Amino acid sequence: MRAMRRLLSSGAIALLLSATPCLAGGKLLATPGVSQFEGAAGGGLVPWAQLAGYATENEVAFSGYCTRVDVDDFTLDTCGAQFNLFDRLELSYAEQRLDVQPLTLELEQKIAGFKLRLAGDLVYSPYPQVSLGVMHKQLDDAAVPYALGAQDDTGTDIYLAVSKLHLGVLAGYNLLWNITARRTEANEAGLLGYGAADASPQLLLEGSVAVLLDKRFALGVEYREKPDNLGLGEDDWRDLFVAWFPNKHLSVTAAWVDLGRIAAIEGQDGWYLSIMGYY
Amino acid sequence: MRLRLLAGLFSLLVVLGLPACAGTAAGKDTLYRDLGGEQGIDRLVETFIRKVGRDERILPYFARASVSHFREGFTTHLCQVSGGPCTYDGDSMPDIHTGMQIDEADFNRVVELLVEAMEDNGIAYPVQNRLLARLAPLRGEIIHI
Repeated sequence: MRAMRRLLSSGAIALLLSATPCLAGGKLLATPGVSQFEGAAGGGLVPWAQLAGYATENEVAFSGYCTRVDVDDFTLDTCGAQFNLFDRLELSYAEQRLDVQPLTLELEQKIAGFKLRLAGDLVYSPYPQVSLGVMHKQLDDAAVPYALGAQDDTGTDIYLAVSKLHLGVLAGYNLLWNITARRTEANEAGLLGYGAADASPQLLLEGSVAVLLDKRFALGVEYREKPDNLGLGEDDWRDLFVAWFPNKHLSVTAAWVDLGRIAAIEGQDGWYLSIMGYY
Repeated sequence: MRLRLLAGLFSLLVVLGLPACAGTAAGKDTLYRDLGGEQGIDRLVETFIRKVGRDERILPYFARASVSHFREGFTTHLCQVSGGPCTYDGDSMPDIHTGMQIDEADFNRVVELLVEAMEDNGIAYPVQNRLLARLAPLRGEIIHI
């Protein structure tokens, strides 16, 4: 209930934000994407090269989001916020709470991140937009992850994201793709701690493809490789999402997610719902 | 699992590569037709000019422009870009925009006005995108000069 209340009140905040006039707004509708669940601009699971919000070179943007992921035995609630400085630097912060239903256990994690746009423009440059990002993660109480074999309660992911929007290439429809390479030792994105006795950081690939059905709706898929440091059969993640951008102050994303095996419990698929406000 | 991801990316590249080759030869004339030909482009430019006239951000850039000169130039330009039977021999993009200090947000605002004008004229979304794809490469000759 508490989580639901938090989700609803954040939704109200996002709606409120969406009614206020803004300074940033130079990007084209939908092109910044939404917020992925670790706080960076992206799809739902994968960080993209775009920086959050509608700021262009001489604008500043602020955005906030809340996301709920509900699969068979786990619920993850995340809320976070981003600053976009001149479409060059994105600063992000997110808090996550994972409800492990079979154990009536809650795991909480905080994530501070930044993303630097190195080159390119998603829409206009002949080559893709390229950004370098960092996520620093800290678990509140890692007793259970330690018991499962994790080595740390904190970890840092570094990723390089490459994204491009192609105007009109699919029978006139716009197509967006993204590839992210991430160096990580996080177990289940850090919610089960970082590393393990015999494990070392790995370079893993994540990808997204989306089609804009019109200027307000995007339909896409994502895939995210994951390590299996704890030997619990940690699976790769995937999702199928639809995102709605009614205006430059609001987006709503719904997805079906397949998280595979989590903490040795199989078949964790379910839904994903996210609301994001842009100012 | 990684194999599947790589296979997916590969097929994506193939899909992206194909229309790039097929589109250039056969696609041009159909865009001109899909925009409604001469009449369609005339209507589109008229709507666009009206929208610019009402836009606080963009109107100042047209302060010293002649509307009839712009109408003629933009109409011919769109006709040529969409593969129609016209040749644009007006001023070059850099000649027109040098000194205007147009930034990324201004450029996108103009794109939005053009999209709204196309919507008002019932031009379908995929046709809009095909036109934008041909205009987008000009951005480098328009902004920051």
